[in-house]
Amino acid sequence: MSQDVYNFIFIGFTFGLYIFIAVTSRASSTKEYYTAGGGVSPFANGMATAADWMSAATFISMAGTIAISGYDASRFLMGWTGGFVLLTVLMVPYLRKFGKPTVPDFIGDRYYSKVARGVAVVCAIFICMTYIMGQMRGVGVVFSQLFGIKIQSGVLVGASIVFLYAGLGGMKGITYTQVAQYCVMAMAYTIPAIFIAIALTNHFIPQLGLIGDFTAEDPKVPFLQKLNNINTELGFSEFTAGKLGKLNMFCITAALMCGTAGLPHVIVRFFTVKNVASVRKSACWTLLFIAVIYVTAPTIGAFSRVNLITTLHESSYETAPAWFKDFEKTGQMAWVDKNEDGKIQYFGPGKSEANSNAVFIGKGPSYPSDDAPESQLVGEYGQRLLANKGDMTNPNELWFGNDIMVMANPHMAGLPMWVIALLMAGCIAAALSTAAGLLLVLSTSISHDLMKKIVKPTLSDKEEVNYARAASFIALAVAAYFGINPPSAFIAKTVAFAFGLAASSFFPTLLAGIFSRRVNKHGAIAGMLSGITFTISYIVYFQFLGGSPKDYLLGITPEGIGFVGMLINFVVTFVVSYLTPPPPIEIKHMVDEIHAPDRLLAAGVDTESLEDPDGVGGEGI
Amino acid sequence: MSDSSSKESVDGLPQPEITKRVERQVCYVRSSLRVILCLLPFWFLISFGCGILFRDWLDEHAPKIGNAPFGFWMAQQGSIIGFIILLVVYAVWMNRLDRRYRISE
Repeated sequence: MSQDVYNFIFIGFTFGLYIFIAVTSRASSTKEYYTAGGGVSPFANGMATAADWMSAATFISMAGTIAISGYDASRFLMGWTGGFVLLTVLMVPYLRKFGKPTVPDFIGDRYYSKVARGVAVVCAIFICMTYIMGQMRGVGVVFSQLFGIKIQSGVLVGASIVFLYAGLGGMKGITYTQVAQYCVMAMAYTIPAIFIAIALTNHFIPQLGLIGDFTAEDPKVPFLQKLNNINTELGFSEFTAGKLGKLNMFCITAALMCGTAGLPHVIVRFFTVKNVASVRKSACWTLLFIAVIYVTAPTIGAFSRVNLITTLHESSYETAPAWFKDFEKTGQMAWVDKNEDGKIQYFGPGKSEANSNAVFIGKGPSYPSDDAPESQLVGEYGQRLLANKGDMTNPNELWFGNDIMVMANPHMAGLPMWVIALLMAGCIAAALSTAAGLLLVLSTSISHDLMKKIVKPTLSDKEEVNYARAASFIALAVAAYFGINPPSAFIAKTVAFAFGLAASSFFPTLLAGIFSRRVNKHGAIAGMLSGITFTISYIVYFQFLGGSPKDYLLGITPEGIGFVGMLINFVVTFVVSYLTPPPPIEIKHMVDEIHAPDRLLAAGVDTESLEDPDGVGGEGI
Repeated sequence: MSDSSSKESVDGLPQPEITKRVERQVCYVRSSLRVILCLLPFWFLISFGCGILFRDWLDEHAPKIGNAPFGFWMAQQGSIIGFIILLVVYAVWMNRLDRRYRISE
């Protein structure tokens, strides 16, 4: 059987499964649509949350980033998992106690203001849209690789599938679909890693292989040592050293962590279990499931780095493996034969005086139109020619997108075809599950918080769900557009922007809302607006309007600026709150109630008696 | 808690009983905040501390994990394992608090 047949079988089977689950567990009420009725077991919810959490950025892009930048990519590893700790400890139990599944709903009630609710809805839309764009891009990359079609058509195929099961099934459908998707993802990620670990390091646990010896050739050397040597020989910096400054590294990690803790689509997942004790249990399961993939990612990154260089560097194009030519076709890899020797050379910035290893002039590869004469399309050795001019200031000839590392990895290691097909299915599961979760939050924000709570309070349940479906359709269309014309070259980077936005808008406002009785609506609104405006303008200026890296604030890149936006938000929130009158007494009681256990309140104790002189439970933090 | 005596009790319990409940509640809130304040420094230490701020020093002076320098390993794998342990401790600790204060939803 050929690779294509395997791919079709695996992907067809998994898609059939997802859609079957979505249809059989279709939501019939708004409660089921938003929170799956609230009776999912902690274990199943853990898997669903893990799948929801791990997006195309994690699955497709992260290992690639690790392969390219080594230690520097730890920002993603620590940022995304560490944020989960913050989320579980600081946010979820309290929001859960408050009983409002959407973030704008909490903000609207806690800050007793329609304006605050409106601002929160706008922030939620921005965050989710940025995030979905990354996912759609991921879906596009996978589909285009799979069927050899253009990324554009890949994005459209992916978008319609997401709409089919997220729009129809609601949270209930999504929860059980995500359980299935997690299983596919975990297998797809770990199985190739195990195969490769055995081949390179003789360890069947990849994590031990990474810290073990490189045994594929004699004499044995420590694996990381081998990797450092390969890197420095070719003019890259050491794998275990970092190029990012400490401050930058700190800011990006912090932005990712705090952004994670403010992500609306993950918070809502904890409303699908029975009670707070199950929430805590479910959080443990979730992080464990997430870790299965996150602890494997560094090994995949490192292994594929070694494989890529040993297979391609100094090998002649004509004998290059078939997968190289496949990726060339879809525009994810490119080769410019600068010294005209017919061999592929891969070098780092250390090998040139200009300190760059740009293969060609321009951001990404561009190609002559399909009807151009043959001589412009295909080169001397049969390679695909680019319309870009080669950058002759350095000897590097090989260009590839970070996002293909994971997909190319099993090919490089020559793994069996079914493993490759499984990996493809996993990639798609990762992108689809997150896109579906986000889409649901987005549509809920629009239908529930915007339409029902602000525009038209008389909306019936049924109409509300219909609005939600319409909103998800529009959102997908926009996301598909940006998936085709992405704001940055790599998925992980696009997604990092979404986290920056969440960190600068929701995180401080939620935290202050939960732990302070003094913060009022003026403070919250001013804080959210100043935080997100600052962050968006910084990102837009440096990413799209051509701001030069020289002008970075303290050298902080757009990825990490969400952390500064967050600090601004905090400061503005508290300063404005203390300059304006305190919130009404009911709000103070509301905050107390968030901290107090349910049963005591249910017994009918008046919350006013909670006012204690020490301020415990109020401004404790 | 003097003001609670002026309130009507809704569930028909005698006043002292209600005062006790309120005190217990304040204690509970205080203890649960203490749990968070105990755990967060560890969270900061294993990620930002070991992985970024003191990384160079740890690479040099701390024992290696297998063949990997300590700081590098913490940044790539160790911190994640640490996070899981933190969450398990949090869940167990909070459940014990709930039991001690006889709270169940």
